[in-house]
Amino acid sequence: MRNVAVRLAIATPAMVRVDRAGRDARLIAEGDWLVAEAARMDEALRALTFAGVTQLVIDGSKISHLDSAGAWLILRTRQFLEAKGIRVTDVLLPETYRALYQRLESEALAPASIHPRRQTFADFLERIGRGTMHVLHQTYDLVGFLGRVTVETWEAILEPRHELPFAAFVQQIEETGLSALPIVGMLAFLIGVVLAYQGADQLKRFGAQIYTIDFLGIGILRELGGLVTAIVIAGRSGSAFTAQIGTMRVNEETDAMQTIGLNIAEILVLPRVLGLMIALPLLTFFADVVGLVGGMVMTYFDLGITFPAFMRELESAITLRTLLVGLIKAPVFAFVIALVGCFEGLRVERNAGSVGKLTTRSVVESIFLIIALDAGFSVLFSVLGI
Amino acid sequence: MSAGGSAGREPVIRIRRLVNAFGDAIIHDHLDLDVNRGEVLGVVGGSGAGKSVLLRSIIGLNRPSSGSIKVFGQETAEGDGEDLKGLQLRWGVLFQEGALFSSQTVAQNIQVPMRRWTNLGEEMMNELAAMKLALVGLPADAGAKYPAELSGGMKKRAGLARALALDPELLFLDEPTSGLDPISAALFDDLVRNLQQSLGLTVFLVTHDLDTLRAVCDRIAVLVDKKIKLGTIDSLSRDTNPWIHEYFCGPRGRAALAERV
Repeated sequence: MRNVAVRLAIATPAMVRVDRAGRDARLIAEGDWLVAEAARMDEALRALTFAGVTQLVIDGSKISHLDSAGAWLILRTRQFLEAKGIRVTDVLLPETYRALYQRLESEALAPASIHPRRQTFADFLERIGRGTMHVLHQTYDLVGFLGRVTVETWEAILEPRHELPFAAFVQQIEETGLSALPIVGMLAFLIGVVLAYQGADQLKRFGAQIYTIDFLGIGILRELGGLVTAIVIAGRSGSAFTAQIGTMRVNEETDAMQTIGLNIAEILVLPRVLGLMIALPLLTFFADVVGLVGGMVMTYFDLGITFPAFMRELESAITLRTLLVGLIKAPVFAFVIALVGCFEGLRVERNAGSVGKLTTRSVVESIFLIIALDAGFSVLFSVLGI
Repeated sequence: MSAGGSAGREPVIRIRRLVNAFGDAIIHDHLDLDVNRGEVLGVVGGSGAGKSVLLRSIIGLNRPSSGSIKVFGQETAEGDGEDLKGLQLRWGVLFQEGALFSSQTVAQNIQVPMRRWTNLGEEMMNELAAMKLALVGLPADAGAKYPAELSGGMKKRAGLARALALDPELLFLDEPTSGLDPISAALFDDLVRNLQQSLGLTVFLVTHDLDTLRAVCDRIAVLVDKKIKLGTIDSLSRDTNPWIHEYFCGPRGRAALAERV
C-alpha cells in the first residue's frame, strides 16, 4: 500500500507565490501547510525564482493550519534564501504557530546523511575478506569451545565439585530422545519404504529382487538410519538448544549465573551434550529397526516376500558389525549437534533478532558438519577395511 | 490539523461503561473517562491496576469485554484493523521500550508512517526525518544507526520521533520515563511538555513517575478499584482513598510534591 495519499481532510489547499516590488519581495504562503501537502509544496517552493531580489518577507499570516512538516518547509526556504544572499527580513506566522516555528529554528537543523553510501567494488572485496575472516574466527572459536567443554566434562566426571546436574541430564534425554520417537520413527519407516521400493524396482530387472533385503539392511543400518536421525535431531534439538540458551542470554540469566558463581558450561552445556550423546544412539537404533520394518512391509507387498523369508535373508546379509558401524557414528553426531547448538546459543547478543539468526546458523552448521563427518567416516572405514 | 483544531467541545477520547475482564479477573468495571483536546492526561495506578490494558483498549490492540471507546468520535472498542484506518494517522503511540523495528535504521523507522500514508519523495522524507530527530533532541548521526546501537533513553526518543512522524493530534505515551535515570527522565518530561505546547498535542500518558505527573500533566486519572478517579495533584492528594493517599502522601509522593514550592 505505498503511495497512498494521506486521507487527512485538507480544508484549504496550501498555496505559495511571490509578489515582487522592485528589489523587495513577499513570499506569500496560504492554506493548510500540513504533511499531506508537503510533497506538493516542496515542488512549488523549488520552482520559485528569485532573480534580482535582495530583500524578502516570508508572509505566512494567512496559513490556516501548520504542522512541523510545513514549518520545516518554511524554515528551509528561509535558510535557502539566506544562503543565496537574499536578506529575509521577517517571517510572519499566525500567533498559534509561532512557538512551533521558533522551536524548529532553535534546533539548528541540517539534513542528516541517512542513507548508507553506494557500494563499490572495493566494498565487495572487503565483504569477501570479512566473510572469510568471520568463518576462520568462527572455526577457531568453535575449536576453543570444544576444548573447554571437553575439559569441563572430564573434570565434572572425574572430580565433581558438587553433585552433577543429574535431573537436567535425564530431562534432556527425555526431551531430545523420548519425545522425538514419533517423528524419527515415521521418517525412518518412510525411508525404509522408499528404499525397498526403489531397490526392488532396479534389482527386479536382473532377477535379483531378493537382494533388495541386503540393500535395505546395509543401507539403513550403516548409513541412512544414523544420518536421517542425526539430521532430524539437528533440526529439532540443536535449534532448541540455541534458542533456549540464547533466550537465557537475552534475559541476562547466563550473566546472573556467572555472578552467582555457577559454571555455565557445567550447568547448561554438559547435560545437553551428555544427554544427547545417550539419546541419539538409542534413537538411531530405533530408526534402524523401524526402517527395516518399513522395508519389510514394502517388500511383502511389492515382491511378495513373507516376513520369515525376509528375516532369513536379512540374517545372512548383515552382521553385528554392520549395525555397530552405523551406531558408532551416533555419539559423534550427537556431540557435534549439541556442541554447535550450545556454542551458537552462548554467542547470542542481547537482542531478540540475534536468537533467530543464530538458531538458523546453528542448524545449518550442524547439518553441514554431520554430512561432512559422515563422509569422513566412510573414507575411514574403507581405509580400515571395515 | 494540529493546534487550534476545528472540532468543538467534543472530547478527543470518550470512554463509557468500559469493562475489561480476563476470565474471572475484572480489570475495569464500567469505567468512564473523557480526554479533552489540548490537555495532558496522566494515568497512574498500582501494578496490575490495568493501565496498560486501558491504553491498549483505546488504541484498538485489546478488545474490551463491553463498553464504548470513541477516539475522535470513532469507535475503537470493536477493534478491527480496517475501521481504525483513519485514526492511525491522527495518533502516535510511544511503546514502553520504543518498539522500534530492529531491522531498520532510526531514520527508516521514522519514515515508516510517512511511506505508509503519504506520497512524499525520498529527499523530503530524509529532511523530515532529520527534522524529527532534532525535534526530539537526538543528534543527526543517530538517524543512520540501528535500534540495537542505541541506549534506552535514545530508543525512547527515537520511538517518540516515529510517533510524531505524521504530526498526530493525539499522542499516547506508555511509561515514557521508566528505565531512564532521573536527569534523562526530567529532560524527557521537558521535551514532552515542550512538544505538546509547540505542536498543540493532546497527550495520554501512562506513568508511575510522580515527577512526570508534576512536570507534565494537566489532569491526573487514578485507576483505583477498577474505576477512574480524576483530579489534579492538589485535589487528589486530599483524597481519602487509602491507595491514592499513600501514593501522593507517602514518602516518595511527598518528596516529589515538595519540589513544587
